[in-house]
Amino acid sequence: MSRIISYREAIREGLDEELERDSKVVVMGEEVAQYNGAYKVTEGLWKKWGDKRIVDTPISEAGFIGMGIGASMLGVRPVMELMFWSFHSVAFDQLVNNAACVRYMSGGLCSCPIVVRGPANGGTNVGATHSHVPEGLFAAFPGLKVCAPATPADAKGLIKSAIRDNDPVYIMENTLLYGNKGEVPDPADGDFTIPLGKAEVKREGSDLSLIAHGRSVLQALAAAEILKEEHGIDAEVLDLRSIRPLDQEAILKTVKKTNRVVLVDESKPFGGVSAMVSTLIQDHAFDYLDAPIKRVCSIDAPAIYSPHIENEQLPNPKRIVEQVLTIA
Amino acid sequence: MTSAETSSLDFASSPINQSLTPERKIELLTQMIRIRRFEQVGLKYYQSGKIGGFLHLYIGQEAIAVGTVSLGGEHDHYITAYRDHGHALAVGMSMNECMAEMYGKQTGCSKGKGGSMHFFAPDKNFWGGHGIVAGQTPLGLGLAYGLKYLEHEGCALCFLGDGAVNQGVYHESLNLAQLFEIPVVYVIENNGYSMGTSQQRSSSFEGCLAQRAEAYGMAWDVIDGSDLYEVRAKTHIAMERARKEHKPTVIEIDTYRYYGHSIADANHKKYRTPEEIENYKQNHDPINVFKRKLIDEGVVTEDQIKEITKAAADEAAESVKFAEESPAPTVADISTDVYWETDNDTDASKIGRHFFND
Repeated sequence: MSRIISYREAIREGLDEELERDSKVVVMGEEVAQYNGAYKVTEGLWKKWGDKRIVDTPISEAGFIGMGIGASMLGVRPVMELMFWSFHSVAFDQLVNNAACVRYMSGGLCSCPIVVRGPANGGTNVGATHSHVPEGLFAAFPGLKVCAPATPADAKGLIKSAIRDNDPVYIMENTLLYGNKGEVPDPADGDFTIPLGKAEVKREGSDLSLIAHGRSVLQALAAAEILKEEHGIDAEVLDLRSIRPLDQEAILKTVKKTNRVVLVDESKPFGGVSAMVSTLIQDHAFDYLDAPIKRVCSIDAPAIYSPHIENEQLPNPKRIVEQVLTIA
Repeated sequence: MTSAETSSLDFASSPINQSLTPERKIELLTQMIRIRRFEQVGLKYYQSGKIGGFLHLYIGQEAIAVGTVSLGGEHDHYITAYRDHGHALAVGMSMNECMAEMYGKQTGCSKGKGGSMHFFAPDKNFWGGHGIVAGQTPLGLGLAYGLKYLEHEGCALCFLGDGAVNQGVYHESLNLAQLFEIPVVYVIENNGYSMGTSQQRSSSFEGCLAQRAEAYGMAWDVIDGSDLYEVRAKTHIAMERARKEHKPTVIEIDTYRYYGHSIADANHKKYRTPEEIENYKQNHDPINVFKRKLIDEGVVTEDQIKEITKAAADEAAESVKFAEESPAPTVADISTDVYWETDNDTDASKIGRHFFND
């Protein structure tokens, strides 16, 4: 049986179950405990699990993330919240030089089983410094794993897999998705996880493939409805869910099925996730393409604040439909 | 010496305050009232959905921006974090350009690109408005480094909150400031809460946060932020030390914010007691404290204050009208102000591709 719960509740349920399953799991971050989380993802966890398992940190991103990395080398399994993924840059040395490289530099003697999670999105008028979407950036560093769930079920299934994974996993959530509701399997029916590296077809179609991740999946699904109703185009929507490991097989399968592809990606175009996906398609499925690969990314500038215009900078159904119509 | 120990001192009689004319005193009071009115009006339109993003209000802290900036001269510069409305108005930015920025309009100080957290006015020596906690602290250092390098006698006032003092970059900045003898004054506006976490739960310290400066061999002081005279008297000493001796200082100004960390901070009445908030409003409100002093001094009357308050309210209402009637940015505007060279259509901008939209 499934229940309808929010994306926020789904992540919380995943955290709660892993806290229960493994006493080495500790949740830490700014305002995660007594305040119940800046976005209420961790609401109630401090009350249930107490100071040892749910830890409020000062505003010291480099310090507490580095602390988590060090603790993980000794077997603790920290799940660290960045209030915004945009604050990654404050902790970049820890997130990259230490977390991504320690295993390699030690010849496999050390490992780093951490999770860093938090929202990474534009669309809330919080300006350039708070609107970064760094999934492509971090996926570019071998040693790191990255995922970006679009639905409550995926969010829960992925966070549980991420916590159990023995490598550093960075989960990019979205403040605009936290309140979204969806079906999530009932815990009474057994342990529910979604493996890293598995994409999912969110909408079957035959004319063209829209490949997306995170909130862009929902924009692609909305665009697919418009394409069907107004243009008679039957679009398939593939949700990557996981950026690294990346489900290359699923990407090639949908391209070979529809022969046309538009990549929808809230990243900036230069080196975004979609740039990598595009390269894979032309390397491995060039002969199956009936049209050039097209992309809908955020317009190539820092995130604009103005509420009057920010949505135009991001992938949205209108921009997706326009791009599809250039090749379909 | 703590602020509690010095609170009995009469800072009105310090030379820097003795030099204030009655007109200038009224002007300082007016500035504080204008900041408060501007924010109260901003709050109203934020709540009605006209303003997006976050809104970090300065209400309760006005004497700090007004008092410190009132000491500034031609070569004194200012930089702060995201709670920036007070500093912006104190340096002389207009309500119109600030309100229009919050409305995300082309006529805003940052053309609607920065929002509430990112006000800038380099022509008034105000370098923002910065969104990342403590991210501005090395920039303040850099402004002061620049002043010394360019051989200007001046200083940089770098404002930060008490939540910013545990970021590594702030400590790196303190070390550089003392090591290189840089004329920067770090002003910790201590409102007691690092977002929803009290100072006691977020910072390890002896005595006070400013005292950490001792570890770097740096001067420090603590100030009662409800008394504009005290803010001016003590900040003046730090600014003169910077200007004349190229020596940095950390000053910690005790203050309070009436609202949450931002208006999105729905918990701010949970982590603080109503009594705590009410006590500050009744006994330590910087505007009321200064009003009483000026009335006692015979500088201003209740009637004059009413007129000042009404004028500030009218000015704020007018700024809303200005913002409402101003044009919104266009899609084309998204792509300007990214690179100096492309904005100026230079030869350099024509070599190689700069943007990758299609």
